[in-house]
Amino acid sequence: MIGELFEHFSYLVTVFLMVTGLYIVIARGNLIKKLVGLSIFQTSVYLLYIAPGKLLGGTAPILAPQYGIYSNPLPHVLILTAIVVGVATLALGLALAVRIREAYGTIEEDEITALDNARQDMERDPDR
Amino acid sequence: MAITAVVLTLRRNLFAVVVLSGLYSFLMATVLVALDAVDVAMTEAAVGAGISTVLLLGALHLCKSEESRSTRSPWLPLALASSVGVLLIYGALGLPDFADPNAPIHQHVVPRYLQNEVDVPNVVTAVLASFRGYDTLGETTVVFTAGAGIIALLRRRKSSTEKNRDGK
Repeated sequence: MIGELFEHFSYLVTVFLMVTGLYIVIARGNLIKKLVGLSIFQTSVYLLYIAPGKLLGGTAPILAPQYGIYSNPLPHVLILTAIVVGVATLALGLALAVRIREAYGTIEEDEITALDNARQDMERDPDR
Repeated sequence: MAITAVVLTLRRNLFAVVVLSGLYSFLMATVLVALDAVDVAMTEAAVGAGISTVLLLGALHLCKSEESRSTRSPWLPLALASSVGVLLIYGALGLPDFADPNAPIHQHVVPRYLQNEVDVPNVVTAVLASFRGYDTLGETTVVFTAGAGIIALLRRRKSSTEKNRDGK
């Protein structure tokens, strides 16, 4: 069991990072903190893709006559795309956060919900 | 790296969080070099540690940089996250061993990619530009959509003084 865990050590690291990111996204109310958690979750996915492509004794997949073993290039390609898409979504999320901050004056989820509820109460019962 | 991630969770000052996330990205780039993914490591160092940090700092400049103390109890998210983690570890035990040359990932299309069919010595470039060109097309679409969305969001702002933030 221990040996098996050791052979899957890269997956354990990946899962730990993924769980950390997930916890930040769920538990923290601050929108920017949530986005940082989301990017941690994302990097754990990079690791999940890249780690199985490694071969012991292999080099980076740049062909040269003196090397025979290369690591798997396909996950590298996929993750290159994923990184750029990740930063695009991060930028979009930050723009949303900035707009929310301008509309509500806060980026804390609890306060935004409280403000929304207060406004709904006002609309339902304007005499109060 | 795991320590950085944990400290990141606990800090409330968002400036420290942003700087730590840049540090985390650099550590991740180092790990990627160790895993032979040099192209990915370069991109991660430039984009993850560079552009993301700049964007986060720009957003922090426009927002309050201190996180308020959460009123909710942290135990329910913690339990949920750990149960997901246990489930994932259970699933990961069924995956092939680390650096197993007989794993399916090394058998399927990759031997053909390594034949150097397109005469580019860097296989990652060859696969990206030649074999999987549609991926990059889709990526460009996503980036364009994100850029258009950001412009649409930030153009309606009232104060014109803060208008010159670069929105990627």
